[in-house]
Amino acid sequence: MAELNDTGPELDVATLRKDFPLLTREVNGHPIIYLDSASSSQRPFQVLDAMRDYDETTHANVHRGVYGIAEEATRRFEAARVNVGRFIGAPNPAREIIFAKNATEGLNVVAHTWGRANLHEGDAIVLTEMEHHANIVPWQMLATERGLTIRWIPVDDEGHLVLDDLATLLVGAKLVAVTCMSNVLGTLNPVRRIAEAAHAAGAVVVADAAQSVPHLPTDVTALGVDFLAFSAHKMLGPTGIGVLWGRDEILSELPPFLGGGEMILDVRKEGFTPNDIPWRFEAGTPPITEAVGLGAAVDYLRAIGMETIRAHEISLTTYAMTSLNERFGDDIRIFGPPDPADRGGVLSFAYRDLHPHDISQILDQYGVCVRAGHHCAKPLMRRFGVNATARASLALYNDESDVDALADALSEAGAFFG
Amino acid sequence: MPGLEDLYREIILDHYRSPRNRGELVSPPAQRVEGFNPLCGDEIVVTLEVTDGTVSDIKIAGTGCSISQSSASLMSAAVKGKPVPEVRDLIRTFKGMMSIHESTLPSANGGSGDADADEISEPEAIDIDSLGELAALQGVVKFPVRIKCATLSWNTLAQGLDQSESLA
Ligand SMILES: Cc1ncc(COP(=O)(O)O)c(C=O)c1O
Repeated sequence: MAELNDTGPELDVATLRKDFPLLTREVNGHPIIYLDSASSSQRPFQVLDAMRDYDETTHANVHRGVYGIAEEATRRFEAARVNVGRFIGAPNPAREIIFAKNATEGLNVVAHTWGRANLHEGDAIVLTEMEHHANIVPWQMLATERGLTIRWIPVDDEGHLVLDDLATLLVGAKLVAVTCMSNVLGTLNPVRRIAEAAHAAGAVVVADAAQSVPHLPTDVTALGVDFLAFSAHKMLGPTGIGVLWGRDEILSELPPFLGGGEMILDVRKEGFTPNDIPWRFEAGTPPITEAVGLGAAVDYLRAIGMETIRAHEISLTTYAMTSLNERFGDDIRIFGPPDPADRGGVLSFAYRDLHPHDISQILDQYGVCVRAGHHCAKPLMRRFGVNATARASLALYNDESDVDALADALSEAGAFFG
Repeated sequence: MPGLEDLYREIILDHYRSPRNRGELVSPPAQRVEGFNPLCGDEIVVTLEVTDGTVSDIKIAGTGCSISQSSASLMSAAVKGKPVPEVRDLIRTFKGMMSIHESTLPSANGGSGDADADEISEPEAIDIDSLGELAALQGVVKFPVRIKCATLSWNTLAQGLDQSESLA
């Protein structure tokens, strides 16, 4: 995923920022410096307005009513599905995009449906050491239930996957679950290469794209994976909705996820007939307003251009790594690949011997919002011998002044703890 | 908005920089209990010896932020040499101080399932003066997400006392 042309036009961050109402507020008497978009991003007016417009003019339940606005609501909901599908290059967007609650639920859908149908006692599955808990725990649960073995692709000191023994790890494996971009190290993984090797070994590939879809162009066909999950709230959209994409020919064969309305064609006392895909996996009334919001977020990102966003973030990540390293020298350790071209704008760091909680607390006094903790990646934390890191993550609405504010606040934290 | 000086009192920074009773006692005979803060991944190890109904020795190991480390250090200094019932009282009083926010701060850290506060149904009058140096941690309640840091060692100690009683 790293081979992108960074030739897009430059982002006009100052103008674009005006679209984000939250970014005008103050925190502790300072303008907010929001550096936690890897946790959840802020939303532009365009998304908020689209949701409000839907609620005020069109809302009704979908796929049920015959009356006009119910049909309109259904149309807007299904249009969002197709829009999101096109955004990630889905060959068959109307059938292959499943709306879930978030990326986590999307991954759980794969474990529950594909996993239960295909994984049996003694089968092996392959994960990487840098996965988010969302792409570990569902597999561990299934492994316990089914008696599966889990193999791990290791991570080297620079935060790259070690793929030297990939072929061996894949022998007899049925599934590979890999993140496109680490939410701790920023590492962009060679997903295509892994997928090719996995397919050659007969394994299915699940990609966690929660961090990559918001920040770089995504084409599921080019990636060569079989499933791909992400969340709307990390890509300028609302909470409450996420996406699972799956190949039509695989989804078509799968049993339903939850049972209820929407997911059936017919119910008799003797049993039920499941609906076609994608609704088979969407029991109950879906997040309709949120789907409209996600569609608007996709429009917003597309209008700017994912190549432009990626180029901006490479340049900002370069600036951040250079300026933090120059300013703090040995006092700072930035985890993950040293070359910004190999990574996204997620900067986990250790600063002197300060605990990330204390760093984050002091930064907050200066309006600087960074995450502190294990980032739901405890196996990776253990790999690097830390309990927690502080993490500043960049997005399209950040610029060099945000990085400077981070560095200034970090100096203050250093001075405070002496 | 509460200031940093509410949180990071001088005593706290002192105990953070030079923690008291660091290390681990040999277990057995000492009770050894590990505590985890799932929020940040911090881990604390409390080892304690109870002799004739008194916490005769206690040591603290593990890593954590300034609040969790200083709270553990202050705790170890406060309970060492004290009879178990007095230690239990102290735990109750300390956790009472930490749960004040439940009644006075409407927008405390919502859904994190504050088990710490559940044990104290009515916020009874808490004699903060009886806490001595520990009262320095009072400011933590103004920073609800940090309360778990401050109570981690205390919950771990309570577990250690339970363990030693179930063996007695
Ligand atoms: C890499 C990665 N995977 C999965 C998730 C889970 O996302 P959500 O909590 O929206 O389901 C996250 C978000 O924290 C993430 O960073």
